[in-house]
Amino acid sequence: MSDNMTKKEYWFWLCNLEQIGIKKIQAVLDFYGTPEQAYLDNGRGLEQISVLTASDKEIMLKSKESERIQENYAKLKDKGIYFVTKEEDGYPSRLHNIYNPPFALYIKGALPREDRISIAVVGARNCTYYGRETARHLSGKLAEAGVQIISGLARGIDGYAHEGAIAAGGSTYGIEGCSVDICYPKENFNIYMEMQEKGGIISEYGPGRHPKACNFPMRNRLISGMSDGILVIEARERSGSLITADLGLEQGKNVYSIPGRVQDCCSVGCNNLIKMGAKMVTGPEDILEDYGIFYKDCKNQIKKIDKLLETKEKIVYACLSSFPKHMNEIGGETNLSVMELSEILMNLELKNYIRQIRKNYYVYISET
Amino acid sequence: MFSKALSAAVNGIDGTIVSVEADVSDGLPIFDLVGYLGSEVREARERVRISLKNSGYKLPAKRITINLSPADLRKEGTAFDLPIAVAILTAFGYIPQENLEKTLFIGEMSLNGEINKVNGVLPIVYTAYRLGFERCIVPIDNGKEGAAVQGIDVYGVKNLQETVKLLNNDCILEPYFIHKEDLAYGDEADNLDFSDVTGQELTKRAIEIAASGMHNILMVGPPGAGKTMLAKRIPTIMPVLTFEESLEISKVYSVAGLLNNSRSLIQKRPFRSPHHTITTAALAGGGRTPLPGEISLAHFGVLFLDELPEFNSNTIETLRQPLEENEVTIARVQGTYRYPADFMLVAAMNPCSCGYYPDRNKCGCSPNQVKRYLGKISRPLLDRIDICIEVLQVNYKELENHKLAETSENIRARVMGARDIQLSRYKDEKFYFNSQLTPKTINQYCKLGKKEKILLEKAFTKMNLTARAYHRILKVSRTIADLDGCEVIKEKHLSEAICYRSLDKKYWED
Repeated sequence: MSDNMTKKEYWFWLCNLEQIGIKKIQAVLDFYGTPEQAYLDNGRGLEQISVLTASDKEIMLKSKESERIQENYAKLKDKGIYFVTKEEDGYPSRLHNIYNPPFALYIKGALPREDRISIAVVGARNCTYYGRETARHLSGKLAEAGVQIISGLARGIDGYAHEGAIAAGGSTYGIEGCSVDICYPKENFNIYMEMQEKGGIISEYGPGRHPKACNFPMRNRLISGMSDGILVIEARERSGSLITADLGLEQGKNVYSIPGRVQDCCSVGCNNLIKMGAKMVTGPEDILEDYGIFYKDCKNQIKKIDKLLETKEKIVYACLSSFPKHMNEIGGETNLSVMELSEILMNLELKNYIRQIRKNYYVYISET
Repeated sequence: MFSKALSAAVNGIDGTIVSVEADVSDGLPIFDLVGYLGSEVREARERVRISLKNSGYKLPAKRITINLSPADLRKEGTAFDLPIAVAILTAFGYIPQENLEKTLFIGEMSLNGEINKVNGVLPIVYTAYRLGFERCIVPIDNGKEGAAVQGIDVYGVKNLQETVKLLNNDCILEPYFIHKEDLAYGDEADNLDFSDVTGQELTKRAIEIAASGMHNILMVGPPGAGKTMLAKRIPTIMPVLTFEESLEISKVYSVAGLLNNSRSLIQKRPFRSPHHTITTAALAGGGRTPLPGEISLAHFGVLFLDELPEFNSNTIETLRQPLEENEVTIARVQGTYRYPADFMLVAAMNPCSCGYYPDRNKCGCSPNQVKRYLGKISRPLLDRIDICIEVLQVNYKELENHKLAETSENIRARVMGARDIQLSRYKDEKFYFNSQLTPKTINQYCKLGKKEKILLEKAFTKMNLTARAYHRILKVSRTIADLDGCEVIKEKHLSEAICYRSLDKKYWED
């Protein structure tokens, strides 16, 4: 048996065994002390570790092919994946303080900086226009103020939060429930590529691991663990985002929540969080003040609607909100004919006051 | 002895004259039929022989040969029984040959000599009229149907004896006659009216525009928003049928065998709403001997496709050619058949598979699912739909509010006004409606002022419009201006047209 492997390669071996999760690795380490010891042992010691099943032991013994391990480890570098173990300095210090931290992380891009504030932005996959715009807007503003945005690269709010941060030129980090060389979901491929430049993709799963449902709650503990506060935007009554918020609370992080309308089932979880004491957030300053970051208020710059618009345009603009409204509803409220209304809406749209988000559905463009 | 009786075969919705020649000569008693015959026509030999016997005519033991000419045209159907019988009787001297001049016969015979109903009488009678025939002898059940053609005497006969008497001037039979003025056009009987639908101002307006310019329209909305209800009422705001239109529609129905004595002429605009499981042949027309399909039955009327994404995509694709050319061509070994298909396409669909997107309180579809659902509709078809609107569910307040709803009659008056403008504008062209404008003629008829051009340019860049969308917007704005009685297209017309623009690809992907 060749033993010219480096320390990191031993770690790589131990963290990349099928069926062997964090608990089993912990048990192995408790027994042997280091991965190197475990590797070099001829297998007799394994008999004494009670949590390992017979097949686990077989996998461990069979996988001891140093050449393949070294080859796979070298492949990591080719793919631009950085491997960091718990023992090293590069390991995020925030993770040392959580329950069940991963023994190693795979990173494409960079890790969040320790000296800067990180905020996790999480929320529903099937979000509304309101959630989408809030996620984009708030994470953009936070990123501008120097906050690192952390999220899960999922559909919906997660993706929009990353998008907002990238658009604002800030840094953003995505934590995946699969290995970092797989983009899941595929729709977010653009974000995935851009994030490698403007932040990083992080995962505790080794190369080639495909997304599994059971990986996602585990990933959530990293999202909350790597950040200083968790902002929940749109969560249904029983949402995965609430798990993240719970984990965050256990880890001693601040929990922030965006309020929603009472009837909106997409916001029930958020409103419940506020009831339970999460901080209600209506603007970036609500979060930034907790970390001593001064936020420059730009409210003065709101377009002076009164001066720029005609009377009828004002009437129409006044009955719009960030919730999509159908032309029929607008017509009913303003008593304008379809022809008049379509002209006014068209003008407002061209003047950038409102936006048609779906055929015949309008929202205003908020500036705050 | 040689004799000749004239009949006709149906080809598409036109008749082709077929002469039935009979020859009686000495020889072995044989009854022979020739002339490229379908099996129904070959069976006529037995039907005719027995019904002649049962009608009391004695056929001497001679060699009878029947030829149906032109001999290279495939003859199908049972309408040749009567002319064959008449030709034989003439050959045997029961009827003088000169009495058959300028007379056309159609009818199926039963064994006891009675004459049964056949399909396609109207187009045949119409052809006979055009070719200068003076009278048509048709089954009694088809009498009224044939009488719709003016300028030719149509006699409905009960049985063979009556036919012979009529031909020999032994009895007086009145030809069927329909007074044009007596025909009741309209659809009052259905009791459908636009005022039944409360609210939905936007949709109603869009439908009014669509009906004015014969634009195809797509309605997207949740279940229960009233899409079907509105679609059913579209014929009530279209202009009443003219006699010529009615005749042409009736021809299609006649070929399809959908006319009878109680409904001898189609008097209201067709509204066809096939179920989404319909096959290609049933939609476009087809079969071994082709019959008109739903699109031809909707000629001059409305073809309503409810739940558009549920239709088989191959079936829907067959709509492309008819939508362009206003007729459908079906090729078979025996020949090519053309059926008219000048209809207004009205389609309805849900925005996603559960039907409630973007109402997130009800809809749990992921953005991907929504996209996939919408993706079922092919781009080429969408390109042929000028107007698209999102229909909203009616709320209680609107249900209560009865007074505002306009009646179909008012709307129809405006639609007819807009159509008159179009007809006079396009009097030198080969088309009638704004929807038929081509990019070249759009430049000619949809001229924009400076202000309008600026507006359209702004909208074009802001909304990422395509060249196709640009042309559709111009066509629709032309119709809106016509409804307004306006010679030039103004900014308000343009912005309304933009509001109805069809679904751009970008649009779905947001």
